[in-house]
Amino acid sequence: MTVAVARFAQVLRRVDRALLAAIGCIIALLVAGALYDRNFLSADYLVQQLQVAAFLGVIATGVMLVVLLGHIDLSIPWVVTVGGMMSTAAAGHAGPISSLAIPFAVACGLGIGIINGIGVAYLRVPSMIFTLATNTVAQGLMVVHTGGFAPQEHATPAMHALAVERWIFDIPNAAWVWAAIGAATVVMLRRTAFGRRVYAIGNSERAVFLSRSNVSRVVITCFALSGACSAFAGVLLAGYSTKAYQAMGDPYLLPAIAAVVLGGTSILGGRGSYLGTVAGVILVTLLQSILSIVQMPEAGRQVIYGTVIIAMLLVYGRGPKVVT
Amino acid sequence: MTGSPTTRAHDLRYWLASHRGPMLAAALFVAMFAVFAIEHPAGLGADIVNTAANKGVLLALVAIAQTIPVLTSGLDLSVGSVFVLTNCVASTVMTGTPLESGLGVALVLAVGVACGALNGVVVVFGRLQPIIATLATGAIYHGIALWLRPAPGGEVNEDLADAITGSIRDVVPVSIVMLVAAIAVIWIPYRRSVLGRAAYAIGSSQQAAYMSGVPVARAKFVAYVLAGLFSALAGILLTGLTYSGEANALLAGSYTLSSIAAVVVGGTSLYGGSGGAIGSIFGAFVLRTIGDLLFVFDMDPLSQPLFLGIVLLISVSLGSFRLLEVKKRVDLYR
Repeated sequence: MTVAVARFAQVLRRVDRALLAAIGCIIALLVAGALYDRNFLSADYLVQQLQVAAFLGVIATGVMLVVLLGHIDLSIPWVVTVGGMMSTAAAGHAGPISSLAIPFAVACGLGIGIINGIGVAYLRVPSMIFTLATNTVAQGLMVVHTGGFAPQEHATPAMHALAVERWIFDIPNAAWVWAAIGAATVVMLRRTAFGRRVYAIGNSERAVFLSRSNVSRVVITCFALSGACSAFAGVLLAGYSTKAYQAMGDPYLLPAIAAVVLGGTSILGGRGSYLGTVAGVILVTLLQSILSIVQMPEAGRQVIYGTVIIAMLLVYGRGPKVVT
Repeated sequence: MTGSPTTRAHDLRYWLASHRGPMLAAALFVAMFAVFAIEHPAGLGADIVNTAANKGVLLALVAIAQTIPVLTSGLDLSVGSVFVLTNCVASTVMTGTPLESGLGVALVLAVGVACGALNGVVVVFGRLQPIIATLATGAIYHGIALWLRPAPGGEVNEDLADAITGSIRDVVPVSIVMLVAAIAVIWIPYRRSVLGRAAYAIGSSQQAAYMSGVPVARAKFVAYVLAGLFSALAGILLTGLTYSGEANALLAGSYTLSSIAAVVVGGTSLYGGSGGAIGSIFGAFVLRTIGDLLFVFDMDPLSQPLFLGIVLLISVSLGSFRLLEVKKRVDLYR
């Protein structure tokens, strides 16, 4: 008996504290939701949550890669919008171009990401300010492209299928897509030299440079992947609501960063697990959903949202003390 | 300070080198404003100067608010939300008799200080990363603003509003006078105080500052409080311009982002430790004049955001010229 307890404690110690806290918060939210409304724990509702979480999950995957480097990507909002608008724009063309809607949109996001990466890696501009500027440029491009109105083109059937339909086990395809992207990310981070370099750069960029690794290539790749993930999430969102619209990415920046940080990834880089990010995404999604179920007005929702994030960070996201 | 002419020349060179960013921003602003004045179809009337000044000072105050935490190598992503929140508070309390309106102004400033203090507590004593912590407190402030003003509206003492947005004898805009006063009464004494020097020291090296007995916690806390105060000043000016309050999330976001851009254009390092409020003021003026120039040159309104973005992208990339001075490549990496 005591041996079992000791072994359990040992296992617990090896698991990330942040991940445990995030899972604890998820369980607390589920219990609170169930107490408020018994339908909260129904399979239907939870699968619906998975559908919503998948969009955030795809975005958060890219954000996490960049945060692991010790950088941040503030161009998320308009890269998501670029993804949505470019895919529907391609869909509006007749003929073979419309079948390339998804790759075309992802390539656009990849391109913006590469520009971000070049600015950060070669021009050495702080990532926060450079991605902010590319965000403004992306916004400007989309305003010119659409004339400031919501584009009239519809999403292709393929986009709709990817975002909404359920082919396997009655689980939304979007969730499967997220799972595939997530699995690829885990393999990349844990099993490849590239992944080890990502963590290493987050800890000491200088040490990675001195060990003759190509720092710039890793940084550019991560930003490119972040742009691609955001644009792909934009494609899924456009498929979900059948259209792209102005500022469709705006509500995703804070939740994506919050999900990554709440999942235990250090915003200074170098530390964090993808499992934590998954927990963070589910946590943020459940929190948003509970706040909308209790019909909290937007004002209260914002206050509670901010307070909960700060409270959870105070529990397990605190920085080190300044000591001698 | 000392007698020998070579030392004096050296001092001047040092001063010029350390103030290169702000002076570049100031020169850029003067050049751009000159073009604006020459090209403006109606000429440079008092009204046009006053409108330009009001818009410029509005962003300048928020940019100063952003500058102070940035100096400590922090960041305040809630400046825009505090700006909008204080606007909503002001549209409720800055009304009635002159005495009541005056008390209202004091209350608005107190709200700004309280928001800044909460940021300070969370960042300094909670030891959370400023980026994520102020994003979260920004959401809280925006929620409170929405609760106060679910719909745009409110009532403002119009005499007071006209007084702070008008111009003295149709020549000097009152907003500029207020900005200069804020610099003289708040920024310069702060810059010269122990806490102000501590902010720069912390930005250069928190560890070294701590080891030298600099009051690290107190200085960082005060930096965020001052950020709240300057955001509240901007909120009051906005209320004077619009006669009303609105919990506008887009406005908050755009001012937060523009404030960071203004800080960078004004020559303050985002890594902390160098720069100052004066540079940020000119940075803000430059950003605002870009918009005015686009108007004067009749640019297609639809392509204006794109043009602004490209100018922003180029101006933040200009700092990369310092890379040419780096002798060893390893020094690029921290």
